[in-house]
Amino acid sequence: MQIVKKEIRNKKRGTRNMKKTLQYSNAQLSMLVVLRVSIGWHFLYEGFVKLLNPNWSSVGYLLDSEGFLSGFFETIASDPNSLAVADFLNMWGLIAIGLGLMLGCLSRIAIISGITLLAFYYLSHPPFIGFKYAMPTEGSYLIVNKILIELFALVVLYLFPSSRQIGFDRLIFGPKS
Amino acid sequence: MSENIENINNQKEEKNKNLSRRDVLKSLATVPVVGAFFYGLYKKKQYDKFLKNSILEEIKISGEAPVIPITSPDSKQIRLGLIGFGIRGPYLARSAGFAHPEYIDSLQKSAMENSNDKRYRDYLEQEDLNVVVNGVCDVFDIHAENAQKAAANINREGKDGKMTAFPKRYKTYKELLAADDIDAVIIATPDHWHGPMTIAAAKAGKHVYCEKPLTWTVPETYEVVKAVKENNIVFQLGHQGRQTESYFKAKEAIEKNLLGKINLIEVTTNRNDPNGAWVYPINPEANPKTIDWQQFIGQAPQHDFSLERFFRWRCWWDYSTGLSGDLLTHEYDAMNQILDLGIPNSAVSSGGIYYFKDGRTVPDVLHTVFEYPDKDLTMMYSATLASNKHRGRVIMGHDAYMELGNTMNIYADRGSDHYREKINQGIIDPDLPIYSFVPGRKEVDAITSPTEQYFAGRGLLYTYRGGKRVNTTHLHIKEWLGSIRGNQKPSCNIDEAFDEAITAHMGTIAFKENRKVFWDASNQQII
Repeated sequence: MQIVKKEIRNKKRGTRNMKKTLQYSNAQLSMLVVLRVSIGWHFLYEGFVKLLNPNWSSVGYLLDSEGFLSGFFETIASDPNSLAVADFLNMWGLIAIGLGLMLGCLSRIAIISGITLLAFYYLSHPPFIGFKYAMPTEGSYLIVNKILIELFALVVLYLFPSSRQIGFDRLIFGPKS
Repeated sequence: MSENIENINNQKEEKNKNLSRRDVLKSLATVPVVGAFFYGLYKKKQYDKFLKNSILEEIKISGEAPVIPITSPDSKQIRLGLIGFGIRGPYLARSAGFAHPEYIDSLQKSAMENSNDKRYRDYLEQEDLNVVVNGVCDVFDIHAENAQKAAANINREGKDGKMTAFPKRYKTYKELLAADDIDAVIIATPDHWHGPMTIAAAKAGKHVYCEKPLTWTVPETYEVVKAVKENNIVFQLGHQGRQTESYFKAKEAIEKNLLGKINLIEVTTNRNDPNGAWVYPINPEANPKTIDWQQFIGQAPQHDFSLERFFRWRCWWDYSTGLSGDLLTHEYDAMNQILDLGIPNSAVSSGGIYYFKDGRTVPDVLHTVFEYPDKDLTMMYSATLASNKHRGRVIMGHDAYMELGNTMNIYADRGSDHYREKINQGIIDPDLPIYSFVPGRKEVDAITSPTEQYFAGRGLLYTYRGGKRVNTTHLHIKEWLGSIRGNQKPSCNIDEAFDEAITAHMGTIAFKENRKVFWDASNQQII
């Protein structure tokens, strides 16, 4: 991938914060968009599953937490009000992030929110040695699990943005060439 | 600097104005994928709905909490007497609203240490039942004093709280029963005292809440029933499981024939700790001076003073009914509530003292099989006090089986005639419940996710849903008090108690005499 310096906004800051634009080949751009849309799809479906199930609540998941933040998650779960807020933010957050990623709409905000949400999921159930969970997993994990990989994939998408080429952000912020 | 910014803005505006067809296409390129997503979501929902409706066609039972009749037509204050204040006594008193100040302190302390421990808050919120304790009785001075302290703690406060005057301590239960200022008694004494005390209370016109089992011997069982009925008192036996929501749903499901022909019931006890095996701690202040040993002995065989026997009386037939009376009765009563079993036709038992070789005479492993030929079914009870392996409680029918705890799940059977077509069509998966009841859940959910099942099975949803725990003992006492006020029959009334006692005695006699024991229904006798 070729990185081209396009414009130097603030010379005093030196080269570290230079405004950079990435130029991708068609294949590179396509796969970045496919990755973005796939992660968006996953978020959106997780959001809708919760929205469409009247019995859904994060309470069991939160109570099942382990690790240094488990007290925090259990506190949320044990108070009906904070639980309702957590449920609402989780459900609608997933849907908004999913749509943002799929459509490439405000995708920087969507990606940062997605990373934050995934960090919460990861930290509530870290696959560390000695931690056991009630929730069954479909694979075998040590420290790295699929949540962490999805999180890193979002970091990659943040560093290699594509929504101003393919996505609503092209209409909102103008195209990047 | 400002010129630069203006330039950039101008450029942007120009770009926006000059949006080409290419720009619009590229901006909207992923919209069809979103369309595909919603089409997929729609298809998935339709499929789930088809499965759910197909299953609901079969089960026709709601997932809502059952309507449990509450009996409390007026709120006249009831004056209680507490007889027996060892382990279960304090628990019953707390459930009626009277906790020992030290217990409140311990709840407060653990709530301070762990903000997730809501027992203190829940206890303060427990409904006031409009009762007062006017007398207490226990043969051990310390227990009697604890009962007085609990009874005086009407504000549910700790050691430094404001108490009312202590209620009177009676040296014997007969004196307590003679008191004019007591309407009803809660009996939580060793098994060999349940019968005599209930009979005396009934004759004195006091309403009775008595711990299970109803009686220690067969002959006194008939006398208790006679005394309760003749004196027209309200009697409730202490099987608080009667208030469990899932049992009501289980009854409904069975009445709607979801299980098909029921042929086998398996109930179990699985414990593995000294407390569960009745090896209770011995109070250091207990001695022949602080314990009225002769009153403890009562109708039991004479024996020298023994702290082990006093505190761990469940380990000896001399005072106890063993696993049959203590734990089988809970299981039996649940099944009698759900299936109206009544007294079995026959019983056989086997077992032994295999782990707790501490001088006890009652078995720590016991199995009893009850036959109900008129109902074409067997009830099998299996217990061990030295393994925690959870075996649960299962009702098995030709078409489906039910697993029953605080939650209730029904699974279709692969060999079912009734569900065969839907199993073959792939609509019903025998590995997943066709119906599950989780208290507090909003509606029936035939398609339950494995994760949710997992959490529900571990009681996480049950315990915390809505942020409230349910204390069934409190509800059971509340029902008894309501029945007294309305002169009604409570759920675990004397007729149910009679079935419970006779069934437990049949199991015990079968074990002790190593023979098959029968119930002669026409003569109402165990033979």
